[in-house]
Amino acid sequence: MSGLQLKEIELYVNGTPCKRVVDVRKTLLELLREDLGLTGTKYGCGAGECGACSVLVDDVLVDACIYLAVWAHGKKIRTIEGEAKKGRLSPVQQAYVTEGAIQCGFCTPGFVMATTAFVQQHAGQTVTDDTIRKAHAGNLCRCTGYQHILRAVKKSMQFPDE
Amino acid sequence: MFDIQSYMKAGSVDEAVALLAAHPNARLVAGGTDVLIRLRHGSRDFTRLVDIHGLAELRFISLDPLQNIRIGSGTVFTDLAQSDLILRHLPVLADAAGSVGGPQIRNMATIGGNICNGAPSADSAPALFALNALLELKSNRGFRQVPVADFYLGPSVVDLKPGEVLVSIIIPREAYQGYAGHYYKYAMRKAMDIATIGCAVSLKTSGNRLADYRIAYGVAGPTPLRCPSAEKTAVNQMISDTLVSKIAAAVEDDVSPRTSWRATREFRLHIISELARKVTRTALDRVRKE
Repeated sequence: MSGLQLKEIELYVNGTPCKRVVDVRKTLLELLREDLGLTGTKYGCGAGECGACSVLVDDVLVDACIYLAVWAHGKKIRTIEGEAKKGRLSPVQQAYVTEGAIQCGFCTPGFVMATTAFVQQHAGQTVTDDTIRKAHAGNLCRCTGYQHILRAVKKSMQFPDE
Repeated sequence: MFDIQSYMKAGSVDEAVALLAAHPNARLVAGGTDVLIRLRHGSRDFTRLVDIHGLAELRFISLDPLQNIRIGSGTVFTDLAQSDLILRHLPVLADAAGSVGGPQIRNMATIGGNICNGAPSADSAPALFALNALLELKSNRGFRQVPVADFYLGPSVVDLKPGEVLVSIIIPREAYQGYAGHYYKYAMRKAMDIATIGCAVSLKTSGNRLADYRIAYGVAGPTPLRCPSAEKTAVNQMISDTLVSKIAAAVEDDVSPRTSWRATREFRLHIISELARKVTRTALDRVRKE
């Protein structure tokens, strides 16, 4: 058996149900960017090193570049496009803006998703800088030097409702 | 897009076993963090896949009636690093799980894949060696169990026979009850790096003596390995700084690190010896805390 193999999948993307026939060779990142037009999630290294493609699958942070699209069947996907609600940035997004934790912006969607997962897991807890750094170790930023991102994460922690 | 020639989803372990029997050239994919990257880099070994990603049947951490700890091969590292059972009984494995890659990788990568890919740098391997772990494999010929140390045959070569699926990892009761342990990964970066040297210790004390002592390394030879001469030096001896120094010297007889772009043989030997001290001391501190 070889050649084109297609599979029908049903998933939720940012709360919206979605049915697609996908090529089994595709990544979740390609499904999002090419099939669904959600280009907020970035293609960086393609090998799970940089985190630019980070999304939440059933609220778990993964690298969409090494996640097969067919694995998203039955799952709830959250990408950067779904974070702002009714024109209002999410508390995490707002914290990144307020702290100036963005320069070129390429890593930002992945970072925001990583912080979003982190804030959900640590809501109401006191966290150390080391814990924040470790939880964001899968995301690379070549501009900021991370200090502003660290501050943005801390600010995000002040909004436990997110 | 990956160059996948054929893709078969297995809905259960039995289905995976049947698919592997019917398609001898197919390979398993679970977490994907290794297989998909190899495909991305142009490997031809994984173009035919049997997919066991996310099988609930393979994702568990449990205590069996005989108090052995059983870990499903599809358990991801985040589960291991956060499991109360693992943190309480197998801290050496919790340490190892927490030192793999970064958060995204730990959310995706499975312990079974970490062992089956045969990498000498696998973080979970030294911990499982130090815990005398058994691997339970299933094929259409039935189940078989093999000690983890016998599973590693050579660099990137493991005793995974055609048609076999690693189902679970068993830590026998007598191998962990009353033991304290620690794993430390020495790497150039604190995250997202491959171990230059990984060291795991599992030990049991009786009064001021070491009643049992196991030490294992990753990247200290062609496969993860135990250190029989260091262990012999340690067992039944009075705990002292002198003993820790003797162990740190003895491990050098048990290892055979090589020079690579990552580190020279000489540097690795130095780290191996230093880690014997550091990891043994931390394990001893954990005994005192209990």
